Amino acid sequence: MFRHVSPELPGLAAAVAGCAPAHGHRPRLRRPFPEAEKTARGRATAPGGSGRGRLPGPPPGAAGSTAAAGRGGAGGAACRDGPYEGGPGRRLPLARPLTRRRSAAQHGSAMAAAAEEAAGGGGDSPSSALRRLRIISGHLRGSPRAPEREALSPSPCKAQGGSDGPASGSIPKKRQELLKWNGWGYNDSKFIFNKKGQAEFTGKRYRLGGMVLPTFKEWIEKTFGASLEHKTTSRASLNVNDVPPSIVNEEFLQDLKATKISYSQDAEDRVFRAHGHCLHEIFVLREGMFKRIPDLVVWPVCHEDVVKIVELACKHNLCIIPFGGGTSVSSALECPEEEKRTIVSLDTSQMNRILWIDEKNLTACVEAGIVGQDLEKQLAESGFCTGHEPDSMEFSSLGGWVATRASGMKKNIYGNIEDLVIHIKMVTPRGIVEKNCQVPRMSTGPDIHHFIMGSEGTLGVVTEVTIKIRPVPEYQKYGSVVFPNFERGVACLREVAKQRCAPASIRLVDNAQFQFGHALKPQVASIFTSFLDGLKKFYITKFKGFDPNVLCVATLLFEGDREKVLQHEKQVYDIATKFGGLAAGEDNGQRGYMLTFVIAYLRDLGLDYYVIGESFETSVPWDRVLDLCRNVKERIVRECKEKGVQFAPLSTCRVTQTYDAGACVYFYFAFNYRGISDPIHVYEQIERAAREEILANGGSLSHHHGVGKLRKRWMKESISDVGLGMLRSVKEYVDPNNIFGNKNLL
Amino acid sequence: MAPPIARSARPPPRLPQRAGRPSRGGAGPWALREAAAGGRPPRRGRAGERGAGRRGAARRTMAAAAAAPGRARRGAPMYSKELTSKKRDEFEDILEERRLSSDLRYAMKCYTPVIYKGLSPCKPNAIKSAVLQSEQVQYVIKQLAKEMGESPDIIQEEAMEILDEMGHSMQLGAVRFFAFTLSKIFKQLFQRVCVNEEGMQRLQHAIQEHPVVLLPSHRSYVDFLMLSYLLYTYDLALPVIAAGIDFLGMKIVGELLRRAGAFFMRRSFGGNRLYWAVFAEYVKTMLRSGYAPIEFFLEGTRSRTAKTLTPKFGLLSIVMEPFFKREVFDTYLVPISISYERILEESLYAYELLGVPKPKESTSGLLKARRILSDNFGTIHIYVGQPVSLRTLASGRISRCPYNLVPRHLPQKPSEDIQEFVTDVAYKMELLQIENMVLSPWVLVAAVLLQNLPAMDFELLIEKTQWLKGLTQTFGGFVEWPDNLCAKKAVISGLTLHSNIARLVNGHVVLNDKGVEDGAVGEIVFKRALAILMCATYRNQLLNVFVRPSLVAVALQMTSSFRKEEVYSCFSFLRDVFSDEFIFFPGISLKDFEEGCFLLAKCDAIQTSQQEIYPTDKGSGIVSFLSAMFRPFVEGYQLIFRYLSKETKEAFTEKQFIPGVRNFVFQLLEKGNTQCYEALSSDMQKNALAALVQLGAAKKKKMSSGFTYNVNQEAVNKILDMFDARIPVQKPVAARL
Repeated sequence: MFRHVSPELPGLAAAVAGCAPAHGHRPRLRRPFPEAEKTARGRATAPGGSGRGRLPGPPPGAAGSTAAAGRGGAGGAACRDGPYEGGPGRRLPLARPLTRRRSAAQHGSAMAAAAEEAAGGGGDSPSSALRRLRIISGHLRGSPRAPEREALSPSPCKAQGGSDGPASGSIPKKRQELLKWNGWGYNDSKFIFNKKGQAEFTGKRYRLGGMVLPTFKEWIEKTFGASLEHKTTSRASLNVNDVPPSIVNEEFLQDLKATKISYSQDAEDRVFRAHGHCLHEIFVLREGMFKRIPDLVVWPVCHEDVVKIVELACKHNLCIIPFGGGTSVSSALECPEEEKRTIVSLDTSQMNRILWIDEKNLTACVEAGIVGQDLEKQLAESGFCTGHEPDSMEFSSLGGWVATRASGMKKNIYGNIEDLVIHIKMVTPRGIVEKNCQVPRMSTGPDIHHFIMGSEGTLGVVTEVTIKIRPVPEYQKYGSVVFPNFERGVACLREVAKQRCAPASIRLVDNAQFQFGHALKPQVASIFTSFLDGLKKFYITKFKGFDPNVLCVATLLFEGDREKVLQHEKQVYDIATKFGGLAAGEDNGQRGYMLTFVIAYLRDLGLDYYVIGESFETSVPWDRVLDLCRNVKERIVRECKEKGVQFAPLSTCRVTQTYDAGACVYFYFAFNYRGISDPIHVYEQIERAAREEILANGGSLSHHHGVGKLRKRWMKESISDVGLGMLRSVKEYVDPNNIFGNKNLL
Repeated sequence: MAPPIARSARPPPRLPQRAGRPSRGGAGPWALREAAAGGRPPRRGRAGERGAGRRGAARRTMAAAAAAPGRARRGAPMYSKELTSKKRDEFEDILEERRLSSDLRYAMKCYTPVIYKGLSPCKPNAIKSAVLQSEQVQYVIKQLAKEMGESPDIIQEEAMEILDEMGHSMQLGAVRFFAFTLSKIFKQLFQRVCVNEEGMQRLQHAIQEHPVVLLPSHRSYVDFLMLSYLLYTYDLALPVIAAGIDFLGMKIVGELLRRAGAFFMRRSFGGNRLYWAVFAEYVKTMLRSGYAPIEFFLEGTRSRTAKTLTPKFGLLSIVMEPFFKREVFDTYLVPISISYERILEESLYAYELLGVPKPKESTSGLLKARRILSDNFGTIHIYVGQPVSLRTLASGRISRCPYNLVPRHLPQKPSEDIQEFVTDVAYKMELLQIENMVLSPWVLVAAVLLQNLPAMDFELLIEKTQWLKGLTQTFGGFVEWPDNLCAKKAVISGLTLHSNIARLVNGHVVLNDKGVEDGAVGEIVFKRALAILMCATYRNQLLNVFVRPSLVAVALQMTSSFRKEEVYSCFSFLRDVFSDEFIFFPGISLKDFEEGCFLLAKCDAIQTSQQEIYPTDKGSGIVSFLSAMFRPFVEGYQLIFRYLSKETKEAFTEKQFIPGVRNFVFQLLEKGNTQCYEALSSDMQKNALAALVQLGAAKKKKMSSGFTYNVNQEAVNKILDMFDARIPVQKPVAARL
């Protein structure tokens, strides 16, 4: 319970953090009531259940649009610490199942019982007693943790080269303790306007943290016609009375208890797994309530637990919706309103160990609930990485990546998820599906992995994935190039792709986004830097004649051994020069990538000032990139006007990935909705029009966000009737009773 | 909006919008996008709304027949005429200012036209080389090189030659030259040149927003000169104009036109893939870059009869393709109606229709024609219609798949969907042109006069003309008849202007067919035909406004039954037969019928019940007037069909057919067996033949020497029987399905 997340955990660069046994010395994070009491109250629901603990600082935040992948599906991470951990399923990092069982046994039955109660089991014990127990157990587990870990150190994982650090998830089981309940990201990280009216980013997790952004306010006013005087405020906390009651069949509960798998019927837990990060979902959190949410949340800790849960679901005819990192932007996590059965949200966050690392073949077998940042951190301890870095990697999970066909920023070196995956184990109502070997390629009919990847939780739960790993690169270097206009920039990216010399990442932002990035520039500390900036600006705009309202910027990231990186860098810059590009420095590049993670927080700020926005993506052949970008942006502008939006919207794009045959394009669009009575409806109409436009321009329905329920209507057009039938027949065979009934995709 | 428009009858000297910059004030960030967005939303005519319930039963019984003639079409029909009295813009005379100030200064004025927002200016030659280097043209060059075993360089050179022959080389100097000379000439020829300024403003916005295609009606060579002159006057980007290659035959003038922005297309290049590729790419390159508005004539050639010709689709589908492929966000199609009170080429046309060949375009011919400068040709009305957004038209109609699955530079045969869409758009644009054609009082006089030959009492003519004015307005015609002008003055001024056609003799108005009394019979017939065809040219301007109610009237008379079903069958038959003669939006026979009935009911000519249609007592005059108006066509077609059913050999070409049928009709006229002089018109003859092909009674085959026709005598006889109401119409119509 005394959840602690080391405050200095700075996003990516963070050293291993997580659930060190420190106590919550930050009052903001302390929860007034122990878990069990909450659950008990929550179940009593009824009148008077409202004096609930307040959520840890949930100021209206900014939700992201950036999150790139790992949406939906299975995945997630958690610290194994705190009251939830008591149950028999309890285990320690990197322990193999056997070891884990042993450790659980070590804990003694009293505690196990207490924890089981706590985990939402019997809510009938007096709450005060529970609280005491809980505090005690917290203390107990706080300190003995280290020795415990040592005791486990000779685990086979370690022998195989697996990491042995304090490997625990960065994301707790009680997500709301660390993450915003009604917005994107960490509670402590958000954009605010300080007393002086200047924008500022709080927290210390990101490089931007604590910095003042002097020009941001002006940008937001100019771009959206927004004014700081017109503010909306989100509800401060969840109103438990609004939450639909949990309806669960008693028999099933008995059976579930018998499995000793941790579960909860608590209202908060259920609401937080009822949504992803689409605009309308965040809007509902701020101002309304979902019509249908899961009735129960379960936390399996291993593959076997998942098997048991799926068996029970089949037996009692329940609906399971797998939940990983919760970063979906396709309405994939929304519960179908018409679902009459009990909906079980299967939170994979406790399945987050690296089971083994195979250095000879450079593969690692990982449980599917691990989130991106933990995976990289833990692999890094052994000197490895996967190199899969979707923009949402702080929160999205491995299983989610698989379930949505995710794509990472550095795919040029490491590949997308389909290139990275060697083996998948998935639990379905029909049984377990997996291959008999872990080989680079096989010709055994259509690849069953491709039924699983992109299945979006409609077929089963991915439990374990064997993934390729690489040694951590020796050297990393950022870079950036300014182009006189977007056309030249795209031509350059095309040439880079043609010569197959794309750096780990290469992205091209259009002018609007360049200006936006500019607005997020922190206050410059030294006069010298500001002088240099001025000089640079002068050189580019006056000497080179670039129009600051037309030019655009590419950001680059090189990785590898030092010499090759430098060589590679030169090659890319040479190509850029041919297209009129000017090198614009490492710092700009690095800032660009840092913004990727921070930008997602902006939406929450916008929501406070009547600005709503979203991002969407597509993939498109090279020859249509320019036309598609121009037409989609124009369509958005036009639709906004037709729908009565008072001020021209922000409608901007960037090319984020290059391939041999095309590119991935990412759009942001946001507008000021003052004067519109039903902004979400208007927004959805515009988003739909934009997607129509993409399709008409030869773009795909999605490059990596997936289909979910948001884009289902275009599936038939996208893959033809027969194609849809093929998918349906797989679904019908694997899951005839629609146990995995999230209604995504088909 | 730019400078407020003076609405008074006599405005102060108008300021052509200086430098043409759009006003951006007011609407904040949206200002620029304010422009004419999209066409008029397709609206169901009132005919459809009114009495829908009453007609329910009849509609059901008709359902089969209704579905019959039309192709099955996707989506809602995109054309629907507005039958409520339409508000039209007011006109301004642009010559007025020219008469008051220096033409030279005007020609040398500071010309900084409004251009497309995304345009990066380039020279005409840059366009040519872009076209030559384009993937599209290069692809075809490589293909041809492979097929013919020649070096690509040779074919490339050929392409270069084509481009040189085709390409315009617009120069401001030439433009200024035209601005000067045309000012002089127009002032000489015309009393007034009237333009709806609001239309010009809409056009101004449209030009900045998206690529623009100007689609004027085509009655005279003056059309495109006038339009460029107009755009120059209003400081708008000058259009590039698709002109027939024949102009190049004119020394100096051809080159001058080229410099004023004309580009030249061969009349037929069906088989020549290289030519097609180069031409299409040339047009598309100019469109995509927004280089200049592109202007061409949907009708393909000047209408010799002043009746709108059925549209040609080739060039239209070329200009629509960049949108289909999403190379541009949208394209504006602007229908422009140019109406002449007196057409410059009127007598030439009449001769041509009677088989006296059209003189070849030549500079000396032009010089010889200068005597017309001393003549008066009245007023020109130019109505620039609402720009129609192609995107709006296409929404929901075009499946995007075909264009996504093939690289965009490959030549691709348009899908059926696309072809149908292009056809619909072409008809829609022509119908929009027709809606805004200005009808002068003389047009009404001509229509009345033709029904009362050889002579008509002057007073009666005035009375009838006035009556027809009311009827025309009821039918949605755009009659330009100043409120304060009395009918007598209007008729007299018409007669004065057209003294070559008709004149007043002893209180009677007669056709001006001098020399009819003396001379050989043949000569008399020819002269008479000439006068009638010239007069008909003016009546014809009414026909497309009148055609729907009139064909209902004709059908009523032909069926001699009041059953709605039968009348509709007959109407539908006539509509099919005359589908090349008049402009009908494809596939909406029932709607046309309903519109016709609605208009007739509106002027109290008929009453309708669920099952039946009755002419009212009061309305019999209208019904017989309307059917008399179209009688020349009904009779003419019968004559031509009769010729085809009896006198033709197995296979024939058009060149054999026209003189043959002309002689046939001529003889009948000489013998006095018919009075249908209009059947001598080669235009009608061609249309009748085309109708037979469409009805399946004739076959058209492509031979090396051109097209040949085979007529199925039996089928033609059947059609003739239907005309004579000897057999009911339904059966063959149904059989054709």
